[in-house]
Amino acid sequence: MVAMNMIQALRSAMDVMLERDPDVLVFGEDVGFFGGVFRCTEGLQQKYGKRRVFDSPIAEAGIIATAVGMGAYGLRPVVEIQFADYIYPATDQLISEAARLRYRSGGEFTAPLTVRSPYGGGIFGGQTHSQSPEAIFTHVAGLKTVIPSTPYDAKGLLIAAIEDDDPVIFFEPKRIYNGPFDGHHDRPVTPWAKHPASEVPEGYYRIDLGKAAIVRPGDAVTLLAYGTMVHVALAAAEEAGVDAEVIDLRTLNPLDIETIVASVRKTGRCVIVHEATRTGGFGGELSALVQEHCFHHLEAPIARVTGWDTPYPHAFEWEYFPGPKRVAEALRQAMEA
Amino acid sequence: MALKRRTKPATGAAKTPSVEQLLKYYREMLQIRRFEEKAGQMYGMGLIGGFCHLYIGQEAVVVGMQNALSLGDSVITSYRDHGHMLACGMDPKGVMAELTGRSGGYSRGKGGSMHMFSKAEHFYGGHGIVGAQMPLGTGLAFANRYRGTDRVSVTYCGDGAINQGQVYESFNMAALWKLPVIYVIENNKYGMGTSVQRASASTDLFERGAAYGIPGSQIDGMDVLATHAAAEEAVAHARAGKGPVILEMMTYRYRGHSMSDPAKYRTKEEVAKMRTEHDPIDLVRKRLIDGGLANEDALKAIDKEVKDLVTAAAEFAQESPEPDPSEVWTDVLLEA
Repeated sequence: MVAMNMIQALRSAMDVMLERDPDVLVFGEDVGFFGGVFRCTEGLQQKYGKRRVFDSPIAEAGIIATAVGMGAYGLRPVVEIQFADYIYPATDQLISEAARLRYRSGGEFTAPLTVRSPYGGGIFGGQTHSQSPEAIFTHVAGLKTVIPSTPYDAKGLLIAAIEDDDPVIFFEPKRIYNGPFDGHHDRPVTPWAKHPASEVPEGYYRIDLGKAAIVRPGDAVTLLAYGTMVHVALAAAEEAGVDAEVIDLRTLNPLDIETIVASVRKTGRCVIVHEATRTGGFGGELSALVQEHCFHHLEAPIARVTGWDTPYPHAFEWEYFPGPKRVAEALRQAMEA
Repeated sequence: MALKRRTKPATGAAKTPSVEQLLKYYREMLQIRRFEEKAGQMYGMGLIGGFCHLYIGQEAVVVGMQNALSLGDSVITSYRDHGHMLACGMDPKGVMAELTGRSGGYSRGKGGSMHMFSKAEHFYGGHGIVGAQMPLGTGLAFANRYRGTDRVSVTYCGDGAINQGQVYESFNMAALWKLPVIYVIENNKYGMGTSVQRASASTDLFERGAAYGIPGSQIDGMDVLATHAAAEEAVAHARAGKGPVILEMMTYRYRGHSMSDPAKYRTKEEVAKMRTEHDPIDLVRKRLIDGGLANEDALKAIDKEVKDLVTAAAEFAQESPEPDPSEVWTDVLLEA
């Protein structure tokens, strides 16, 4: 075991897979020579050569489309879209090609690509460097969507994503690349080294997709979160003094509905947290599922704490970001209902 | 206009500039330089957050271009946009206050460094997504012609944007419909940390419209007289209804891609060489002094004037109040 931040853990996952499988290759904007804008691929080109780790032009549609072709042929491309906000030119290829290749070829061809992309706010990125577009992809049948919240999970999940025979969107919460962030932006940043989940095996291990983690057991209310918001949720539970059961979804699609249902049936209450805009957000899907499966166990309306239905505003980072105060308030309301 | 490569102004277009013109270029380039230096300083002090892409080194491109335009011509660019806004005549106070996220900013703090606009100056924005402004600028050109004006659209992008698919959709439409658009490729040699050679199969970017019959030229983008001469010629071509033009301006950014750029992809010597041998402001200064067209005192007076303007902008950007949090929800859609 070695202490790693999330960047190092992701790099280690790619390193392990490049070593194990000659069909794995890594490419994207600035990922080779430069080592990635967040340094996630630093050193990989030196180690594996330009044949397997290389720079692409700035052309997101082209990056993802060529990866679909490579994948159909039998390679296992891992591509980086530099910011999730840049992924939209490639949505045509992701939705119309990658997601549907298996279905329309009767299972003969697949697109086993992994699309890594930093997402989310908290770094003053403004509207084109802060978005959380996960619900656009969870809406598409044929895509898997994964979002880790710790270095340990990041590595195990990325290895599972690369090994997966279907296309996986792997969103990396960039605010917690270097340390867990509980939403208290006015406090000093804590490094990952002080967090138990920064202990990461150096070699191969995988965390199967579709398995949530109960990161804080509790009896009073179920708190569903993923990515950066897991850490906000944990802080909010402490600050509200509510015995919340915090579940880190880790994979949005396929979703670990069993873990969610078992928890809500136990607690009778459910609060859902995400950073993305509210309307049509993944919280709406979670809310519907909880209602369908747990209606007779619910003792309070299901609540959502989310970003607002606006573009991510430059000047209002912390008004937009659903911090621990808003989550704690939702927890209290759920308990009083 | 034919497809051609040149580093000197075309014959015929290379009129000897007047002293007034040279002084104007000097003042405008210096204003961008000092503004950007101040922005970099304020970023370092934590007064500006997030992303900030400085234009230092590239001043001759936008100043040469904008001086060939008249009011009503449309301008659109990418996220390295502060220089374009100043060259369009936008108020440095409003630009700096947007950087600090204040209510006095052009987008009232909601856009930030990469996203500012001015209807009055026909500036259609900085755009944060690489290449996304290219079809928009094409649409502006279409609208100019549709309205029956002789206005043109100047659509800027960097060398990094030139491999985006939508650039070629734009080129085809612009040529097909003979739109009055001038595509200005500011080739500063690096798309973030990736050099043109490592990202582009053909590095003569001015030729990228050849398949659509779009004339293109490569220009010394460090020499404001060269950029201006090329601009005049291109604008006349587009204004006359002859269709789009591509100008590849060979330029250089002295600073990193953004404020957090280790810049390991180029040598310190390379940067130093450009700064000492090709600086666009020094070049004009030298022309003025060596030609006996202006003395040191006259230039010093301009320096002071520019410095005061930038200081006032910086003060305004710190004094302007933070926007009211209720503004988070305004201007998402038209409010009833």
